[in-house]
Amino acid sequence: MKKASFSNRDIVQRAGFSLLTLVALVTVIPILAVIAYVIKEGAPAISWEFLTAMPRDGMRAGGILPAIVGTFYLTLGTAVFSVPLGIAAAIYLAEYARDNWLTRLIRIAIINLAGIPSVVYGLFGLGLFVLFLKFGTSILAASLSLSIMTLPVIISASEEALRAVPQAFRTVSISLGGTRWQTIRKIVLPQALPGILTGVILGLERAAGETAPILFTGAAFFLPRLPNSPLDATMALPYHLFVISTQVPEMPIQIQYGTALVLIAFVLGMNIIATVIRSRARAKRQW
Amino acid sequence: MVDKIIVDHLSLQYADGTESLRDITLNIPANAVTVLFGPAGGGKSSLLRCLNRLNDLTELRTVSGKILLDGENILDPKTDVIALRRRVGMVFARPVVLPLTIRGNLTYGLELAGEKRKSRLEDAVERSLRLAALWDEVRTRLDDPAIALSGGQQQRLCLARVLANQPQVILLDEPTSGLDPISTGKVEAALQELKKEYTILLVPHSVQQAARTADFAAFFLQGELVEWANGKDLFTHPKIKRTEDYIEGRFG
Repeated sequence: MKKASFSNRDIVQRAGFSLLTLVALVTVIPILAVIAYVIKEGAPAISWEFLTAMPRDGMRAGGILPAIVGTFYLTLGTAVFSVPLGIAAAIYLAEYARDNWLTRLIRIAIINLAGIPSVVYGLFGLGLFVLFLKFGTSILAASLSLSIMTLPVIISASEEALRAVPQAFRTVSISLGGTRWQTIRKIVLPQALPGILTGVILGLERAAGETAPILFTGAAFFLPRLPNSPLDATMALPYHLFVISTQVPEMPIQIQYGTALVLIAFVLGMNIIATVIRSRARAKRQW
Repeated sequence: MVDKIIVDHLSLQYADGTESLRDITLNIPANAVTVLFGPAGGGKSSLLRCLNRLNDLTELRTVSGKILLDGENILDPKTDVIALRRRVGMVFARPVVLPLTIRGNLTYGLELAGEKRKSRLEDAVERSLRLAALWDEVRTRLDDPAIALSGGQQQRLCLARVLANQPQVILLDEPTSGLDPISTGKVEAALQELKKEYTILLVPHSVQQAARTADFAAFFLQGELVEWANGKDLFTHPKIKRTEDYIEGRFG
């Protein structure tokens, strides 16, 4: 009797685990399927010319160099604004701010910022950066719009990374005659850096793949030359993909998937870098 | 006998109303081990954390009274707390090594103070490790991560780290609570050597340790200083019943 109920529980447990494994696999399948499909359809388009030449024949031939370079510049521009600002804000929130109405307000703002649809950032950027500040549709205006969208990701991830550093390190450092800032600079920041970097890369990765925030602020429909100042408009991979998929008749499907493949490789590459940083830091961590 | 520290009518309460001190007056002699003992929640740690103003990190409701270190009131808002913490070092209950090398832990305090001369830093490393009776065990691996040391070695490293700052007073808050008897013996022996040069305040982790190490002893109970005397007298002939009951294990 007893034995029967034991093996019964055993069966239930095995069935449960199998089900959970299956569900976990289901979440992996779509990702792998999308990547596999894009590689299968897009790989034939990839060539040296595709990566390094200007588009020709109304984007139906040639390469996508300006879109690649544009996305690189936009990501870089976003990093320039959002990384220092985001890390500084996180240091303030994690290390200096007391719990009062002001910091609560800041936190609510960050949470809400993260929830705003990306097209709203585009409209906001159009109003503030393009029109009011007269930056025009430019890499500058688009990077700033992307920065605002990226900030909450960087702030939240960095704050979490800072808070994960044991409080005892701070107490010890202060007890040895350290100021708060010395403690942050010499102990807390170096320990939190891998976590911060991971957050930064994930935030920038999202910025690199976004279309809506750059739609009105800096992305060009067709601009077969490379931008030479931050005040130039630029082509960008996600917007280019949107354009050639929906706006250009008789577009060779290969070029569409080739562009998608380059975009995915760009974003996935950043993701892999973040994963490597994180796992290396975990292995080295001393607490 | 010179009094290094004079605690004068010190009262203290935390914002959440937990542990507090009530009207403590106590003289702490130089070059001796003064033991603050008693059951948990008595205010021993709070008093220690007043002496290096580490309590500034906690939200206090009220502090009143004075603490004179060499005649200067360190509770004065104008006190340079950074300089104070270099004069009054602290070893915590759990050994917390910083995520640096052994050498990095030892030079940390001096580097914070702006010391860059290699020879000074090297000297401080060796001198402090010898004082903490750790030199022979780590001399060949100073550039290994400090976390690789055993618990007992880590705690002696924490002591050495304080000594590298060349303090005048050393506060130890249950420094051996997590250590085995052999490591505990090494720390206690080191303290007996150190008291020749430093003023030492120790919160022991047991009455036995208090009796073993105390030149002077103060018994704290629920935020009050019940009795204060030199160690021998207090542990053999306590004047107050509550002290006697605690020492003999009738409560606690």
